[in-house]
Amino acid sequence: MSAAKNININLKIWRQKNASSKGSMETYKLDNVSTASSFLEMLDQLNEQLINEKKEPVAFDHDCREGICGMCSLYINGRAHGPDTGITTCQLHMRMFNDGDTIYIEPWRSKAFPVIKDLVVDRSAFDRIQQAGGFVSVNTSGNTIDANSIPVPKVDADKAFEAAACIGCGACVATCKNGSAMLFVGAKVSQYALLPQGKVEATQRVLNMVRQMDEEGFGNCTNTGACEIECPKGISLENIARMNREYLKASLK
Amino acid sequence: MAKSALLKSSIVKKYWMALTGLFLCLFLAGHLAGNLQLIFGTSQQFNEYALFMTTNPAVKLLSYVTYISIIFHAIDGIMLTIQNKKARPIGYAKTDGSSSSLASRNMAVLGTVILVFIATHMVNFWAKMHFDKNMPLVQKEIDNGMGGKQIQLVGTKDSQMPFMQLDQTGKLSKEFFEMIKAQTQGQYDLEVQDMTKIVNKKTGEVVFIGYKDLHKLTVDFFKDAKYGLYFTIGYVLAMLALAFHLWHGFQSAFQSLGVNNKFTPAIKFFGRAFAIIVPLLFAIIPVFLHLKK
Ligand code: HEM
Ligand code: SF4
Ligand code: FES
Repeated sequence: MSAAKNININLKIWRQKNASSKGSMETYKLDNVSTASSFLEMLDQLNEQLINEKKEPVAFDHDCREGICGMCSLYINGRAHGPDTGITTCQLHMRMFNDGDTIYIEPWRSKAFPVIKDLVVDRSAFDRIQQAGGFVSVNTSGNTIDANSIPVPKVDADKAFEAAACIGCGACVATCKNGSAMLFVGAKVSQYALLPQGKVEATQRVLNMVRQMDEEGFGNCTNTGACEIECPKGISLENIARMNREYLKASLK
Repeated sequence: MAKSALLKSSIVKKYWMALTGLFLCLFLAGHLAGNLQLIFGTSQQFNEYALFMTTNPAVKLLSYVTYISIIFHAIDGIMLTIQNKKARPIGYAKTDGSSSSLASRNMAVLGTVILVFIATHMVNFWAKMHFDKNMPLVQKEIDNGMGGKQIQLVGTKDSQMPFMQLDQTGKLSKEFFEMIKAQTQGQYDLEVQDMTKIVNKKTGEVVFIGYKDLHKLTVDFFKDAKYGLYFTIGYVLAMLALAFHLWHGFQSAFQSLGVNNKFTPAIKFFGRAFAIIVPLLFAIIPVFLHLKK
C-alpha cells in the first residue's frame, strides 16, 4: 500500500434546500484531501470549508461509520456507495481517487425515497415494508422459548444468516434502473422463510410485504443483477427467486 | 386478497412475462425448424409444410396461443417498463452502467424492435398466406389417369392463368372448379377436397393439386431487385435485436419463476447458446435466399 498523500479534487454535489424545493448540482473545489481519509471525512472537510465561508454545509446521512448501520448512502460517480464493491460509503476511502478527479455525489434516486435535504433521503418506506410482515410473532408473557431449542439445518441457518446480513441501506434500490426494492424485500422474506419460526406466518408475510413494496412506488424487477453487485452485504439474487417462489405458493393458497 | 394479488402485483406480472417469454422461445425453435427448409428442403417440402401449418387444427390452436402470448408479453412488458420509469422520476446526473448488462437495461427497446418486426413480418408473409387470393399457387404436373399422360392444368407457362383465384374461405374457387371441369370435358365426376385438391369422385384420382406457393413468395421477396437487399438487412437487424433480448431474457425468465439453484449456470449457458444460435440461423436464411443465383 502506497503512502498517504494529499490530493486536490472537484466535487459536483446535489444541493436541495428541502423536500419541496427543486435542487441542482453544485460544483466545489476541495484541496489537500488526504488519501488516507475516508469519503465521509472528506465531506466533513468540505463542510468545514463551507462553514468557514459562511455557507450552508452539505447534509448527508451517516451513523456508525463502520459499515453496519446502513445509514450512509450517496451515489458516487454513478455507483451506489461509490467505486469498490462490498462496502458502504463510510468504508470508502479517498485512496480510490486521484489528484484532479471530478467526483459526482448524488442522493439515492427513487420515487419511494424522496429527498429531504441535499443528499439525505427518506427511507421509511423500508420500515413500512418491514412492519407489513418482516417479523415473527412471539408470545412474550414470561414463558418465552429459547430460539435455539428448535433445531435448524445448518445449510438453512447459513442461508438465513446471509439474508439477515442486509442492513437496509437502499443501495439496491438506488442502483436498480427500475428503482426496485426486490433485493431488500427478498432478503427480508428469505431470512424468515428459511427458518422454522418464520414458516408459521409465511403466507401472509410475503403477500403483505410485496403489497406494501408495490404501494410504496418501487419498480419491478428486470433481473439486471445490478443490486447484487452493488449490495455492500453481498445479498444474492437467490433471495429474490426464493421470494418469487414464496409469493407463488402463498398466492395459490 | 390472494386473488387480486394474482392480477396486479409486480411479481405476478413477472411470472406472466416469463411464461409467455419462454413459450415464445419454444415457438421460435419450431418456427426456425420450418424456415430452415428454405435452405435444406425442396420448394415442394416447404410448401407442403406451409399448407400443413395453415390448415392443421392442432397447429391452429398452438398459433392462437402464440398470438395471445405475443400480445400479452408486449402489453405486460410495456406496462412494467412504464411503472419502472415512474419509480425513478428524477434520474442521476452521472451513471456508470458497469453493474448490469446492456441487453438487460434495454429489454423494452429490443422488444419494441421485435414487435415492429413481427408486425411487418406478418403483413409480408402471414397475411398473404391467409388472405391473399391472388397469391401464386404451386405449379404441379399431375397424372390425369389417361394413359399416364401428364397434363399441366394450372399455373404453367402455357396456361392462361398464372395465378389462381381462391374464394374468401381460401378454398379453390367455383370458377376454377368449373374451368377444370370444362378442360376435362366433363369426363369425370369431380369434387373439391379440402382446399387444395380436385378429385375424381368415382376413382378417387387426384386431378388437380394446388396450394399457395409461399416458397416462391419468400424467395421473390428477398430477391426483389429494388427492395430485396433492404428487406434482408432489416431482417438481420431484427434478429440482432432478438439475440440481445434472449441473451438476457432466457435466463431471466427462470429467475422470475423462482428457479435459482444448482442448475442456474447450465440454464445461463443454454440460454446464451440459444440466444446466439437461433437468431443466427434465422438470419442466415434471408441472406442465403438473397445471394442465391
Ligand atoms: C419472439 C419474441 C420474444 C421472445 C422469445 C421474448 C422473450 C422474453 C423473455 C424470455 C423475457 C424474460 C422474462 C423475465 O424476465 O421473466 C422477456 C422480457 C421482456 N420482453 Fe420479450 N420476448 C419476445 C418479444 C417481445 C416483444 C414483442 C416485446 C414488446 C415490447 C417484448 C418486451 C419485453 C420486455 C419489456 C421484457 C422485460 C420485462 C422486465 O422484466 O422488465 N418482448 N422477453
Ligand atoms: S439488500 Fe443490500 S443493498 Fe439492498 S438494502 Fe439490503 S444491504 Fe442494502
Ligand atoms: S454509516 Fe453505518 S453503514 Fe455507513
